[in-house]
Amino acid sequence: MAKRNMVEALNLALRQEMERDPSVIVLGQDVGINGGVFRVTDGLHARFGGDRVLDTPLVESGILGSAMGMAIGGLKPVAEIQFDGFTFNAMAQLEGNVSRYRSRSRGRWTVPLVLRFPYGGGVRALEHHSEAREALYALPGVKVVIPSGPRNARSLLVAAIRDPDPVVFLEPKRSYRAFKEEVPDEEEVGVIGQAQVVRPGTDVTVVSWGAMMRPVLEAVENLAGEASVEVVDLLTLHPMDVATIATSVRKTGRLVVVQEGYRAFGPSSEVVAAVLDEVFWDLEAPIQRVTGYDVVTPYFARESLYLPDSARVQQAIRKTLNP
Amino acid sequence: MPAVTTFTIPYLQVLDEHGRLDAKKDPRPSREVALRLYHGMVRAREVDDRLLKLQRQGRIGTFAPTTGQEASSCAPALNLTDRDWLVVSFREAPAQLMRGIPLFRIFLYNAGFEEGNEVPEGSRTLPLAVIVASQALHAVGIGQAMNLRGEKDAAVLVFLGDGGTSQGDFYEAINLAGVWQVPVVFVIQNNQWAISTPLARQTRAETLAQKAVAAGIPGIRVDGNDALAMFRATREALDRARSGGGPTVIEAVTYRMRMHTTADDPKRYRDEAEVEAWKAKDPIPRFRGYLEKRGWWDAAREEALVSEVRKEIDDSVKEFEAEAERLLREHPDASFDHLYAVPPAALKAQREEFLRRVRGEA
Ligand SMILES: Cc1ncc(C[n+]2csc(CCOP(=O)(O)OP(=O)(O)O)c2C)c(N)n1
Ligand SMILES: [Mg+2]
Repeated sequence: MAKRNMVEALNLALRQEMERDPSVIVLGQDVGINGGVFRVTDGLHARFGGDRVLDTPLVESGILGSAMGMAIGGLKPVAEIQFDGFTFNAMAQLEGNVSRYRSRSRGRWTVPLVLRFPYGGGVRALEHHSEAREALYALPGVKVVIPSGPRNARSLLVAAIRDPDPVVFLEPKRSYRAFKEEVPDEEEVGVIGQAQVVRPGTDVTVVSWGAMMRPVLEAVENLAGEASVEVVDLLTLHPMDVATIATSVRKTGRLVVVQEGYRAFGPSSEVVAAVLDEVFWDLEAPIQRVTGYDVVTPYFARESLYLPDSARVQQAIRKTLNP
Repeated sequence: MPAVTTFTIPYLQVLDEHGRLDAKKDPRPSREVALRLYHGMVRAREVDDRLLKLQRQGRIGTFAPTTGQEASSCAPALNLTDRDWLVVSFREAPAQLMRGIPLFRIFLYNAGFEEGNEVPEGSRTLPLAVIVASQALHAVGIGQAMNLRGEKDAAVLVFLGDGGTSQGDFYEAINLAGVWQVPVVFVIQNNQWAISTPLARQTRAETLAQKAVAAGIPGIRVDGNDALAMFRATREALDRARSGGGPTVIEAVTYRMRMHTTADDPKRYRDEAEVEAWKAKDPIPRFRGYLEKRGWWDAAREEALVSEVRKEIDDSVKEFEAEAERLLREHPDASFDHLYAVPPAALKAQREEFLRRVRGEA
């Protein structure tokens, strides 16, 4: 086993999948010689050449639209968009075509592609480089995957590449180099659509994903002795693993959902609605949500004031325990 | 087969890289105008140097350096009247400064404050656009508003990069500009690179100016490191726009002398020799030579200018740091401002909760 950060883990997944399957190709802005602005594709151009690692011009709609064509044409494209804020230039292709092509062609043409990009705040970047807009990609026909650490990032990217449907893969950029984990060289394939109980507990369930898992686990650590907290890492946002969440809340009777992005119409709303649908009568306290505010993503001078942190998570957990 | 159409793209250079003047093409700016332009270019270079230092010291965040692009940014902006509009991308601090955006706001923006985007009252200037080429469409819309409202004698100047010309938004903008005959001047800063992508892998077209041909509007290529050529080309295009002659695309051939942003390492993808070769084409000494030949400039004036500009920068840095400190202390909730004309109740409640929390009251 080797210790790897998330960038190295993602790089390993890409490299191994490209070695295993010659139809896997990578495309995006600056992904070739430059290795991507976060270096996720570092070394791939040297290893596999320009026919499998394509530096594109500055064309987000072109990247996703042509990736769809490549997928129909027999390749497995892994398309990178440089930052979350620029995915919206490709949104017309995602909503209008990629998500619905299996359906539109009545199963004849499918779109096995991965659209991956760094998302979220915490790296003191410019406007449009710190957005957490996960819910916007959760379209019928698309899967939305968000890893939280190097090991699941690697195994889920492998799964996403092998998935027969389009997968939007959001990488928590502030976790890119924040910590390392053991990531084996041997193949590990994650399961898309499956949430994971990463800490068992009995008093309260905390559901989160991506970059928020770190403040969540820190909060739980700080509350050790005070509360037994069960933590669920969603990993796949859409379609959501309601069964795992419901099983946990049925046991604990209390729920806190932690989401980085603005509050309205985010994934946390969906988690809460699903819990109310499934386990309403098992709830013992009002559900708490820790989220961003309903504002334009703050510029970096003040962003840390707005991003949910462990203190807010702790406070929310206490509130569910003492309603 | 007979040709249905053919095209030529004119090239304008007035002052070549050896300082030789093509007198027939000299726009002959007045002494006052020429010195304002030179001042703007030197000031922009000094500001860029200071930004780099501040970034290295951790006092601002990542920024996009402008060294080498002073002529192609300042000269177009110098030609604007108060009735004209300026629409910039993220690498156009020289034009913003030329336009009168206060220097401390540039620092504030690069330190991650929304307030850095504030435009002085009465200035027809938009905040910078980070989403590449999106601003080209806004410029066209402003131009069409002028057309529809019967506003005469004003134009819109919009900047974008060579990478930006690949975007759908750019093609849509020039197409609309042609169809609507808007008073818009597009300046493409062809600085040869879009992060690690060289022009040759951005497009197969020989020039970027020729993209205008497909939209049915005039396109011209200009030596972007030649202040006189940029001054002349943009003045003519703006005059034409103001007098109902429609849009123009100007391709300014220049060079990004520094990294894409301070988060970028150009050694990974480009040859230092290329950068060295472009140093010989630096727009600032070239224009200085012209001023000297006209008897408008000398070493003493140069020295005075540089020390004046550095003093101004020192003062602006102090002003910016004091303002940054004040904003964090007094106004942590700035993100709740200016979202709606009338803030909805739910947002007011969020703002109150936010303030209680950051003040340690919650
Ligand atoms: C739509 C969009 N995609 C990607 C980016 C990230 N990005 C910022 S600048 C840049 C390159 C821009 O190149 P160019 O237009 O030539 O301008 P330059 O940086 O050379 O000034 C890229 C890819 C962005 N800002 N907007
Ligand atoms: Mg460029």
